[in-house]
Amino acid sequence: MAKRIEVSDLNIYYGNFLAVEGVNVSIEPRSITALIGPSGCGKSTFLRSLNRMHEVLPGARVEGKVVMDGQDLYGGDVDPVDVRRQIGMVFQRPNPFPTMSIYDNVIAGNRLNNKRMRKSETDELVEKSLRGANLWNEVKDRLDRPGSGLSGGQQQRLCIARAIAVEPDVLLMDEPCSALDPISTLAIEDLMGELKERFTIVIVTHNMQQAARVSEQTGFFNLNGVGQPGRLIEFNPTEKIFSNPDQKATEDYISGRFG
Amino acid sequence: MTATKAPTEPPSQQRVVRRPGDRVFAGTAKGSGIFILLVLAGVAAFLISEALPAITASAEDVPGGEGLGHYVWPLIVGTLLGAVIALLVATPLAVGIALYVTYYAPRRIAAAMGYVIDLLAAIPSVVYGFWGLAVLAPQLVPFHQWAADNLSWIPLFAGPASASGRTMLTVGLVLAVMILPIISAIAREVFSQAPALHREAALALGATRWEMIKMAVLPYGKSGVIAGAMLGLGRALGETMAVAIILSGGGAATLNLITSSNPSTIASNIALKFPEATGLGVNTLIASGLVLFLITLAVNMLARYIVNRRADFSGAN
Amino acid sequence: MSTDTRSEPRLAASPEGPVRSHRRLPRFAPLGLYLAGIALGAGLSALTGFSVTSTVVYGVILGTAAVYLTSRTVEGSRKGTDRLVTCLVTTAFGIAMIPLVSLVYTVLDKGLARLDGDFFSNSMYRVVGEGGGAYHAILGTLIITLVATVISVPIGLFTAIYLVEYGTGRLKRAITFFVDVMTGIPSIVAGLFAFALFTLLFGNDFRAGIMGAVALSVLMIPVVVRSSEEVLKLVPNELREASYALGVPKWRTVVKVVLPTAIAGLGTGVTLSVARVVGETAPLLITVGLITGTNLNPFDGRMATLPVFAFYQLTQPGTATQAFLDRAWTAALVLIIFVMALNILARLISRFFAPKTGR
Repeated sequence: MAKRIEVSDLNIYYGNFLAVEGVNVSIEPRSITALIGPSGCGKSTFLRSLNRMHEVLPGARVEGKVVMDGQDLYGGDVDPVDVRRQIGMVFQRPNPFPTMSIYDNVIAGNRLNNKRMRKSETDELVEKSLRGANLWNEVKDRLDRPGSGLSGGQQQRLCIARAIAVEPDVLLMDEPCSALDPISTLAIEDLMGELKERFTIVIVTHNMQQAARVSEQTGFFNLNGVGQPGRLIEFNPTEKIFSNPDQKATEDYISGRFG
Repeated sequence: MTATKAPTEPPSQQRVVRRPGDRVFAGTAKGSGIFILLVLAGVAAFLISEALPAITASAEDVPGGEGLGHYVWPLIVGTLLGAVIALLVATPLAVGIALYVTYYAPRRIAAAMGYVIDLLAAIPSVVYGFWGLAVLAPQLVPFHQWAADNLSWIPLFAGPASASGRTMLTVGLVLAVMILPIISAIAREVFSQAPALHREAALALGATRWEMIKMAVLPYGKSGVIAGAMLGLGRALGETMAVAIILSGGGAATLNLITSSNPSTIASNIALKFPEATGLGVNTLIASGLVLFLITLAVNMLARYIVNRRADFSGAN
Repeated sequence: MSTDTRSEPRLAASPEGPVRSHRRLPRFAPLGLYLAGIALGAGLSALTGFSVTSTVVYGVILGTAAVYLTSRTVEGSRKGTDRLVTCLVTTAFGIAMIPLVSLVYTVLDKGLARLDGDFFSNSMYRVVGEGGGAYHAILGTLIITLVATVISVPIGLFTAIYLVEYGTGRLKRAITFFVDVMTGIPSIVAGLFAFALFTLLFGNDFRAGIMGAVALSVLMIPVVVRSSEEVLKLVPNELREASYALGVPKWRTVVKVVLPTAIAGLGTGVTLSVARVVGETAPLLITVGLITGTNLNPFDGRMATLPVFAFYQLTQPGTATQAFLDRAWTAALVLIIFVMALNILARLISRFFAPKTGR
């Protein structure tokens, strides 16, 4: 299931403005890759370009290649909708659908695409996904309650369950814990450790300890100044980044001498 | 994300793959929007095409026998007169109501009071006509008499006073009641948006409530009130049934508000004459409708222009 | 009027206190003075032949003057001006209440006379004097309003979807602007448009309910667009993104996520837009006209509608004048009941269909 993503010479534009420039990176399957860097450095933009979510904004486009297992995601005949079915995403703020129950939220990806499923199949899928998101025991008695009635951390795990219910190959997480309290954060981090057995995970985080705790590989994004494009400064195993980075800028950022 | 000018020429737009469902849905949505533009263009086009016979007809064929201009002029005067009275009466009242609801009324019932005012807008105009005819007009008869006796040196009150109260003055007051909720709704909105920082700054300087409003609220809400008044004016210009029921119109153009030989308004003249009109009479009425359409279009566009300009300036300050 | 004391707490006035204390009117003095002024006004009005109008006019002037002068004398000019404005602003609100109360009272008073079973079950077919009812007109209003709704809601809703979900650049700006302009089209002009349109298509003598429905649609569409647009804008972008990220195409996202989330607001907006046109008279007067019998086919022949029915009952009474006037007022009352019911329905929709977000 989990797949490798090769990014080569990727430039990301909004209209005529270059937001991210010249990214070359290879994201390993069945591992967690963390992206860190200061605000506005383009790491979220890069993450969203991996499943073509950035195209939701008018005028957004890319140059370069994003290849997943031999297929260019930006090829001329590739439908972004299909890309997003393969590469799921979890957002900064938990966003369960307010009109749906917990149950319906989990199978939203199938329901919204009018996929016909038998009741027993959906029951199974809901349980499997909720178990996969470590949420089953907390909500199994109230699956018909609205998803928005859960706590923030539970909502975020519901969103993860929803994302893995469509069985993607890759899971992108855009600061998934920044709106959560420490205990919920810990639960999500534990969950990521389990999910990486099945998925390729890319996570953007502001929290360097979190990157150090959960990831195998870490990429450091930075920009030279306001108005300049963001660049991938360094991409290395997490241990190396946090102990002995190649770049001075990375070391400055890690050690808090960023300015 | 921070962005920058592309150092190189950006590549040509990528070919976008779109699903048939998406294409159909987006097309339907866009088509509906374009359809609305076509309807508006159609309103103008059909009115013009049906008005043309009256515009090109020789003067003696137009009802009244003295040409289209002569036919429409008193109606234009009547339309403007009624609407201007309504505007002059309603605007200060609406500002007062808006201030009362936003800054004076007890908090708990302020929202309910706003809702009650909004109910005025919900009452059908034909009912306003009934009320104006049956209640307001008789109530105003003594005032008509008094004005004719004491104020006849003002051309507006030259008299002789109508004995029924079915005059332009009564119409103007009924129109004022009808546009009151429109103006006060917009005024309420802009007043309640007056920056809390400015208001609190004024209060902190020891200003009384009225001084605070004068310093922080009214300057901020001025253009909003003007725009609301313009929208109300547009509504008053086009109002039909209340005028048609109350006014015993048909007179020549006059500024005299209290006689029973007022000119009618364009809209009420159409409503009253259209069902019985034939031939060129229909075209003449449609031509007068075209004039009304253009007047209200101009007023509304001006109002929207003021609103939009205000929106540009009311950003983060 | 006296409530403004809450914003400036009164301090126990010790002359040497840190805050300089002014003399203040007792809490209920302004209201008392104002009422005294009104009472005086009533007396003055009684001297010149009592009438409600003169009582109100004299009373308000005297009451305001009493409050202002007293406050100015006791509390100083700044506080006096403040109280004067309070009086004026409150009076403005009170004045606006007078027509509302008077109108509702009058319509109830005169309209209850014929609010009986006959009114709802009989048409005016072969009725020249007393009796008869508005059965045909009520059905006509319902049918024409329904047809107008069927025309307006899809167009208005899709346009709102275009503006919020798809629209960019000049076309979006043009549509937004002209929808605003369309809001201000006088209803009689909408009627003329429908008349001209159908005259060009089907000839001079064509009359049908659909003409009225088209005219009402011209008035209704911009209202639907504006209210739907506002509501759709309130749907958080995060929900759209969540749906896209699950591999759901945009149109399904709009239909299955955005619209259900906004359904309460959309329902409220549509209901209010119906309320806006259900009482429209002028466009129906010049297109659909009036008949005495019942015609339920909106595509052929004149139809009766409640507002036009009320108008002609009032303005062209036959031999039994009072019977016609009674029917007119009852029709007006029924019309108000319709509009109020729609307004209440709109409130209920927004309350009961709102997405449940409670924790």
